[in-house]
Amino acid sequence: MKVTLKLYATLADYLPAGARNNRVELDVADAATVNAVLAPFSLPPKLTHLVLINGVFVPPEARDSTPLAEGDALAVWPPIAGG
Amino acid sequence: MGWNRKVLRVNLTAGTCTPEPLNMAWANDYLGSRGLASKYLVEEIDPKVDPLSPDNKMIMATGPLTGTMASTGGRYTVVTKGALTNAIACSNSGGYFGAEMKFAGWDMVVFEGKSPKPVYLYLENDKAELRCAAHLWGKTCWETEETIKASHQDPQIKVSSIGAAGENQVLFACIVNDLHRAAGRSGVGAVMGSKNLKAVAIRGTKGVSGIKDFPAFLQATQAGKKVLADNAVTGQGLPKYGTQVLMNVINEMGALPTRNHRDVQFEEAGKISAEAMHEKRPTDGKAHLVTNAACFGCTIACGRISKIDETHFSVKNSPKYWGASGGLEYEAAWALGAANGVGDLEALHYANMLCNEHGMDPISFGATVGAAMELYDLGILTKEQIGLEAQFGSAEALCKLVEMTAHGEGFGKELGMGSARMCAKYGKPELSMSVKGQEFPAYDSRGIQGMGLTYATSNRGACHLRSYTVASEVLGIPVKTDPLTTDGKPELVKAFQDATSVFDAAGICIFTSFAWTLADVQPQVQAACEGDWSMDKLNLVGERIWNMERQFNLAAGLTAADDDLPPRLKTEPAKTGPAKGLVNGIDKMKPEYYKIRGWDSNGVPDKATLDRLGL
Repeated sequence: MKVTLKLYATLADYLPAGARNNRVELDVADAATVNAVLAPFSLPPKLTHLVLINGVFVPPEARDSTPLAEGDALAVWPPIAGG
Repeated sequence: MGWNRKVLRVNLTAGTCTPEPLNMAWANDYLGSRGLASKYLVEEIDPKVDPLSPDNKMIMATGPLTGTMASTGGRYTVVTKGALTNAIACSNSGGYFGAEMKFAGWDMVVFEGKSPKPVYLYLENDKAELRCAAHLWGKTCWETEETIKASHQDPQIKVSSIGAAGENQVLFACIVNDLHRAAGRSGVGAVMGSKNLKAVAIRGTKGVSGIKDFPAFLQATQAGKKVLADNAVTGQGLPKYGTQVLMNVINEMGALPTRNHRDVQFEEAGKISAEAMHEKRPTDGKAHLVTNAACFGCTIACGRISKIDETHFSVKNSPKYWGASGGLEYEAAWALGAANGVGDLEALHYANMLCNEHGMDPISFGATVGAAMELYDLGILTKEQIGLEAQFGSAEALCKLVEMTAHGEGFGKELGMGSARMCAKYGKPELSMSVKGQEFPAYDSRGIQGMGLTYATSNRGACHLRSYTVASEVLGIPVKTDPLTTDGKPELVKAFQDATSVFDAAGICIFTSFAWTLADVQPQVQAACEGDWSMDKLNLVGERIWNMERQFNLAAGLTAADDDLPPRLKTEPAKTGPAKGLVNGIDKMKPEYYKIRGWDSNGVPDKATLDRLGL
């Protein structure tokens, strides 16, 4: 199935060369989990902080078991804040 | 003692500057800055006073940690009755001005009356003089600072001033210090302009002395700095990407107010984000962002310094804007961008520079433009009335309107009233995205429910800096809560409101709270100040400040009906994103919040609450 992976801030360095607008389209196994989708990108665990599927937060303990669906957008940020 | 124990009272009507001792009994109850200055204001003015009349007062105040070794200890506040809100106003600014006031030996300056002619206050340690500002009136904030430094032959002078917006009493005019830091919200610059006070210039060489227990203070401030440095947010995230990193986060979460809150996601958010500021432009091969920057004593350094594209239509014939300048920060980028549907980063930077140059709050300005663009879209406002085509997404309109508003030209006068008065004038008051007359900042409360209660109950009108529940609901600081539910939000909002009051009163930046709790602040305050500053005491002080501000607003004529959101947020569900189908649950949260606060169903603090807080 196809999903979109978006990596922001310092995590953009882990996107494949040529990726634009902080995103890459991926072909992954059906019902692949968050961690399974992220594994090939070798993101530092400490920087894999804010993880959203279609804008909804996925807590760390659920990332091994939460599956993605066709067309989902998986977005990840390191620890950040603003105001 | 963290205080200088000295207040300057400036009677602008009489032209006098009179030192007086700081009321230490009040300092013991309200700590400093926002808390202590608000206590002075509440005691000294009629709450029903016209904010722009001579009977209103304006106080510039430091906190006990301002100017000290405490990280971010450079903050000062401007406390007055707000021109935009008719409520108590407290606008907080960084830079170097606040520390300089402390170095000159003053805790605060109380301005009263109205000068018959434009003046500026010059403070050089104990010397305090009102000087003629006829040659400064009409100058921008940037020119004013440069002129004052040159005329005194001292580049170390720190200046806070108003620009054209404050002089013209644009109701969201701000007070700018150090070129691009500002006491930004609620129209404090309009109050300053109404008093014919152009600027305050300070040179202080005394430093800060009298810290109560210096070894303990050194230890406490060093420990605090280590917490900030070791924390991934304050040690790495904010210095690298600044507040602007939120643009994509909040958009992804479906909480980025777009086109006057018609939408909650902006299709061009990526083009105006922190990531975009790091990218090299095709026109000149340079990134928008030049460097980060820090205010006095800050070990976070979240500030952005950028350079505009010299070929952009807004500045191609204006080289004076080609240099490095402050911005963009998230709030300004949102208000000037997504709120109007404008996805042109360079145009936003230009508009932000003009807000700094002429002294306008970019949040209220941008949001008011958004409301005008909706009125234009509906055919209520025409090209002839506005003087230009003002469709959503027009960078050209944004850049022209910022000039017109600052100078009070044409339709700019209408924009300068703020969105509430403008929308009411054109028969559509419901299109003003504001509370108590002040425009929302950059979080849609349909997607972040706690922010609806934050906005509705903020004592200074809609504001994110009174209880930033985004920290919890989005970022998981200190704990993650669900942004889509109202459960637990009244308790969360109250806790944030009370704690924020203490951070503000201490004279430090609220951004430390991404890493610090009150338990990190407490040993710094305790070591700096005489008396008991235990956690219990600080918690009480925070709650006392909040309730004091509330009582002022009630006495000013505000009621529970003013603790509400525009109908759009209560009746028009979010169209996309995680909050699709949701409206804000303010009507459920508000009664719970009043109860937790110890207020009756009309939002009035009950006797037991007032007695407990010593009010």
